[in-house]
Amino acid sequence: MSEYPLYEVFVRSKHGLNHKHVGSVHAIDDAMAMENARELYTRRCEGVSIWVVASRMISASATDEKEALFDPSEDKIYRHASFYELPDEVGHM
Amino acid sequence: MYAQLVETGVKEIKSQDEMSQEEKHFQSKIDAEIKIEAKNWMPDAYRKTLVRQISQHAHSEIVGMLPEGNWLTRAPTLKRKLQLLAKIQDEAGHGLYLYSAMETLGADRDTEIQKLHDGKAKYSSIFNYPTLNWTDMGAIGWLVDGAAIVNQVVLQRTSYGPYSRAMVRICKEESFHQRQGYEILLTIMREGTDAQKAMVQDSINRLWWPSLMMFGPTDDESPNSKQSLAWKIKRKSNDELRQMFIDQTIPQLEFLGCTAPDPDLKWNEDTGHYDFGEIDWAEFYAVLKGNGPCNHERLAKRKKAIDDGAWVREAAVAYANKKSDTYQQPLHSKGA
Repeated sequence: MSEYPLYEVFVRSKHGLNHKHVGSVHAIDDAMAMENARELYTRRCEGVSIWVVASRMISASATDEKEALFDPSEDKIYRHASFYELPDEVGHM
Repeated sequence: MYAQLVETGVKEIKSQDEMSQEEKHFQSKIDAEIKIEAKNWMPDAYRKTLVRQISQHAHSEIVGMLPEGNWLTRAPTLKRKLQLLAKIQDEAGHGLYLYSAMETLGADRDTEIQKLHDGKAKYSSIFNYPTLNWTDMGAIGWLVDGAAIVNQVVLQRTSYGPYSRAMVRICKEESFHQRQGYEILLTIMREGTDAQKAMVQDSINRLWWPSLMMFGPTDDESPNSKQSLAWKIKRKSNDELRQMFIDQTIPQLEFLGCTAPDPDLKWNEDTGHYDFGEIDWAEFYAVLKGNGPCNHERLAKRKKAIDDGAWVREAAVAYANKKSDTYQQPLHSKGA
């Protein structure tokens, strides 16, 4: 099977939630990927919707880019609500 | 345990001084319980050990379908047949989750399966025993899946992220397996004839010791455990897991009204654990080497399944090539 392209599988567990990555399957085309994903990842009512996408279509950030990409947001604590201290009298905001 | 005697290729665990910068960083993540992911740097021996362990685990799930498949057409009721079908389908699913986890390490699925077929890769010794009567389906679900659960619950905390996540998914599904097995035995012990009850005891007699062997050799005969534990691929030693399994299983055995084929089995007030007799390690090593009762038959069936399915795979490739607008490159089947 490994000569078949790899697909990543995303399942929406119930209405109102995001699709979440659950794993991968090998398949010759989109239709087979969908069937394999259904058999493999939703045998016990785990979902209401499935996405399959060929793994080669996914662009991922590289591990060594982690600092360049994510560190700059660490010193911007003023982006969080908890940064702003308000007197108790103001009540819940 | 579904993986036994997994080689690490490491004789001595490196001290901090002997480690490179990368190795130190890697070990510090392991020590801090930070999961290792596919794209992270890892020592070559860690990667190879994981490929061996995960592929062996996957092979065990796939070969493990065969002893139960033997009784599908002879299940006593339609309900039991449906349950057994669902369980066997789960085992196929577990194999696939694990092969996927293995592939994230850069290993090729077909190559690893070929190693199994060439006798170069192992699978759990337990699946080389025959299933001689229906009660074996009960005993396998209860004892074999029970032993697998003890091992796999701990492996949910294994250090490699994709392996750990596959284990979480597998553990969720596995407890159905054990309960359906125990229910088969309990139903017979409550409602069965004397002859049927004797079959339950016979199944336990035959599968008891092989189930204890699933956890692998004793700790002092397990040269690879130390490194696997340091890397947190393994989280508990073989002997610890075996003892956990025995301690939780004996009350269930007593509730059934059955006995274990071990005259030395008894509760030890001082240790708070059950003592048990010596395992026949010569038998364990013989089965692992390929000389168990069913090794030959199991591998022959796996090979035949792959060969017989070749035309389906070829047809799928031909169909995909016909719709070649989907793919720039035509695909080639590896064939039989």
